[in-house]
Amino acid sequence: MSQPFRLNKEGLINRNKKISFTFNGKKLFGYEGDTIASALIANGIHLVGRSFKYHRPRGFFGAGVEEPNAKLQVEFNGHSEPNVNATEMELVEGLSATSQNCWPSVNFDIGAINNFLKMFFPAGFYYKTFMWPKSFWYKIYEPFIRKAAGLGVASIEKDKERYEHKFEYCDLLVTGSGPSGLASAYAAAKNGAKVILAEDKPRFGGTLLTDDVSIDNLSGKDWAEKIITELKSMPNVTVKNRSQVFGYYDHNMLVMFERVSDHLEKKSKFTPRQRLWYIRAKETILSTGSIERPIVFGNNDTPGIFLSAAAKEYMKVYGVLVGKKPLIFTNNDSAYETALEFKKNNVEPIILDTREELSSELIDEAKSKGIDIRFSHGVIVANGYKKVKSAKIGKLNKDKNSFEKIETVDCDCICVSGFWTPSVHLASQSGNKLKYEERIDAFIPDKKKQHETSVGAANGSFTLEESLKNGFENGSNLSAKITDTKTEIAIPNVNEKKYGAHDKFWCMPLPKNENPKRFVDFQNDVSVSDIEIALREGYRSIEHVKRYTTLGMATDQGRTSNLNGLQLVSNIENKIVPEVGHTTFRPPFTPITIGTIVGREVGMEYMPTRKTPMHEWHEKNNAVFVDAGAWKRPRYYKQGNETLFEASKREAKNVRENVGICDVTTLGKIDIKGPDAAEFLNRVYTNAWMKLPVGKARYGLMLREDGIVMDDGTTTRISENHYHMTTTTAQAANVLSHLEYYLQIVWPELNVNVVSTTEQWAGAAIAGPKSRDMLSKLYPDLDVSNDSLPFMGYKEADFFGVPSRIFRISFSGELAYEINVKSDHGMFMWEKMMEVGKEFGNQPYGTEALSTLRIEMGHVAGPELDGRTIPSDVSLNGLVSKKKDFIGKNSLGREAFNVESRQKIVGLIPIDRKSSIPEGSHIVQDQNAKLPNPKLGHVSSSCWSVENNNPFSLAIMKDGKNMIGKKFFAVSPLKNKSIEVEVISSHYVDPEGKRVRS
Amino acid sequence: MLYIKCPYCGFRAQKEFSYGGDATVKRPNINEEVSSEDWDNFVYMRKSPRGKHIELWQHIAGCRQWIKVQRDTATHEIFQTAKVTEEIR
Repeated sequence: MSQPFRLNKEGLINRNKKISFTFNGKKLFGYEGDTIASALIANGIHLVGRSFKYHRPRGFFGAGVEEPNAKLQVEFNGHSEPNVNATEMELVEGLSATSQNCWPSVNFDIGAINNFLKMFFPAGFYYKTFMWPKSFWYKIYEPFIRKAAGLGVASIEKDKERYEHKFEYCDLLVTGSGPSGLASAYAAAKNGAKVILAEDKPRFGGTLLTDDVSIDNLSGKDWAEKIITELKSMPNVTVKNRSQVFGYYDHNMLVMFERVSDHLEKKSKFTPRQRLWYIRAKETILSTGSIERPIVFGNNDTPGIFLSAAAKEYMKVYGVLVGKKPLIFTNNDSAYETALEFKKNNVEPIILDTREELSSELIDEAKSKGIDIRFSHGVIVANGYKKVKSAKIGKLNKDKNSFEKIETVDCDCICVSGFWTPSVHLASQSGNKLKYEERIDAFIPDKKKQHETSVGAANGSFTLEESLKNGFENGSNLSAKITDTKTEIAIPNVNEKKYGAHDKFWCMPLPKNENPKRFVDFQNDVSVSDIEIALREGYRSIEHVKRYTTLGMATDQGRTSNLNGLQLVSNIENKIVPEVGHTTFRPPFTPITIGTIVGREVGMEYMPTRKTPMHEWHEKNNAVFVDAGAWKRPRYYKQGNETLFEASKREAKNVRENVGICDVTTLGKIDIKGPDAAEFLNRVYTNAWMKLPVGKARYGLMLREDGIVMDDGTTTRISENHYHMTTTTAQAANVLSHLEYYLQIVWPELNVNVVSTTEQWAGAAIAGPKSRDMLSKLYPDLDVSNDSLPFMGYKEADFFGVPSRIFRISFSGELAYEINVKSDHGMFMWEKMMEVGKEFGNQPYGTEALSTLRIEMGHVAGPELDGRTIPSDVSLNGLVSKKKDFIGKNSLGREAFNVESRQKIVGLIPIDRKSSIPEGSHIVQDQNAKLPNPKLGHVSSSCWSVENNNPFSLAIMKDGKNMIGKKFFAVSPLKNKSIEVEVISSHYVDPEGKRVRS
Repeated sequence: MLYIKCPYCGFRAQKEFSYGGDATVKRPNINEEVSSEDWDNFVYMRKSPRGKHIELWQHIAGCRQWIKVQRDTATHEIFQTAKVTEEIR
């Protein structure tokens, strides 16, 4: 159980707690505080995956978000997740990780044959190769590419984890807890500002954890701990680790991804796995630090090649050596710290420095410790297939384009440093135009669009002293503007080593006749030659080069490759980098799970469920529900083994013959009050409203300004200045907004108020020839005769002790009433109706029977009022006043609305009187005509007419009523049906409307 | 997500509002003759400017008031918000 690459005491891991896990089936262990990467390296495992295109062996390269290679399929806590970054995922007991994109195994991968066929896989390979023949794309090329380009495998199991969203507001959001972030947060907190400090790693402190520095005589790590402890104790500060701010959106809204419990072995049922934070910050400090970039050389993707800072982090944070015979390949001083750290742990490194011999604090220290330093040197090509074994190194001539001397040295790892790139992703996302900073050969933020300030390394300040000063000043100034308080803080004394100048060197030349792959982008397998091809083929814009080569387009977003790619393009093009420009940075900065984006809005919580007060009764009585917007409505009440068709026929027939009740609570209800209410209704509806007496209802039709029917419903005058409007279930919210628009903006002089009362009233319709008999039993003391309560009449009366409203209105075309009581009394009303209605053969009916009843009566509803029809299209022109103005009136005169052949409503019956006509069928003259077969109209609503015992449909058809008596075909290619139909009137039952008035 | 200052409720997230189009369009007066051209302009014709735009929003998940918002259509910057009865200059 020994770990050959684990140091004896270094690191911040908990050596008292061992954690066992498996990698590709092999049982291993690590310690609490390890990542999958650090534990595998401790065990001497470097080969973790195969590359995307060539299936080349790949190992770890970084130690955090910058990692381009080590993406694993990880199973833990009962779920399987693809593309997990091994350098970020913390080890948990029982975790099982497997390599991706290799078959049959990572050690022997058949796809690696691509590596030997690489001359056939250049940049733009997909575009060139899979273009022809066209017919091959769908069946051969696409499946092949999908299979070959596979990363991990998404689970098909339902995700049982809990994810949450949180909305937060703060004065200052600080993104990153390195020295400048800590200083900013501390200064702002001391000024009394509400501060959120976010750190993506488990440990706070950033580079303070790995750099050999001291602040106020404390080590960097201890100082960070002291500041964090104090921040945590302050009530105005929220400190979050494992939290990545990944997106900067409009108006200073930032989104953060928190890994709440992925690192926990046990957690409560209610602990979310991950949480998404929407943070609205008055000011944002971007202390996101910088990422080391590599130098490009031959076979630079071989396992065992690391960024030099990552190698140092493995030693200092995890107590792990990435190798015991390291080559350090650098163009700057920072890699000397890695070399010194190796030396401290009794490992002898060789430093290859591309610079000519020079002196600096770090170089001198390395020299004094006897480290082998070779100036003007670099790695030409790494040898070894699954792991670095040696390297061909060369002494560069003065121009650095050829070699004075070439030799081979043994090594088991290469730590490379090509200087530092500020992480400007969030700044760029916020709209900040970046500028190229010659001093550090990288982009830094420039002109702000939003309230953001980059500090420290993210702003190009690479010394601790400058970063701290930068952080304290900005944190203090920005927060003082918000809190009006300024607390003086002494800037601490700093002890750090001064760096010498770095070398503007980024890609090793190759000796003649050697042509190893030199990768720029590891994750997408983009090499120097790919970029050269793209440029040779005429791609000039960096955005085009990016898309053609896929440089920087992988999930690591080119964190280690973008700048080297730009340098390469600028060299070949002979332009300076700022002229080449940079590609766009987009959120998310790191991949986040779909579960987090969705949050709790899954399943039943996807949207609110609206239930009527009678819902429980429907449930108990075998109602099968249908969604009507957010509402649940009974579609039918199932008896025995009935089908939908049988049940709805039974329910509808019972209404025509006896009496039925229907829950109509879901109809939109709007209370309209004010002295100008009648005038307002007169403008909103197409028909006349000035003379409606108190105690009467009227059917009304409202249009949009373009003349299209918007909604219909009845409105009742409750008292002099008080009206009760009903809308369709679907349009309730739109109609309210529509009314508010006209009252607030167009006619503010009208003294009218509107408010939704949909949820205040429970409603039940009583319909059928026996409904009056039933009503008289429900209201024994009330005169419900046709004279006292005529069609479109209204009464208020006591319903077994509760106040109620009775409207004599009908949707079914039968003699019918609608009773409204306060919602709390809805269930009482319903149960009373069921009890009293027994002797009349009363049965509840659902929306399916309701539709049947209205369709055979020719009453229009949603399918006919589909946003394309004007009143005359649906035979409602009788409701359109010629005398007064109303919303949309001026549009009705438009030429196209008045042509004779316009599509209008008709009825259809099948010639065989048996075949049901599918809704959505097209009406055509000749079912066998050549395509495109001219369409004469469409079937909008279909039912089985219970009155005539055969199918009946409504249709919107060219020439409308002029077609009555003619025969056509209703064809539905979807259902593979073609039915011969005859056009009849849309009013199939009781065309004179006698029943509703009886 | 925009951050909109409702003149009645204060700053609220965009998801509480619904967009209502160009606020400078004026509906022809009711009961008054209007030429087809003027009517068509009112119903159909809208400018789609890049830059400053005065528009209507309704605070549907709040006070339900329609408000005016002056916004840059390219950058989403909001310069001013006002009640519909107030002028935005």
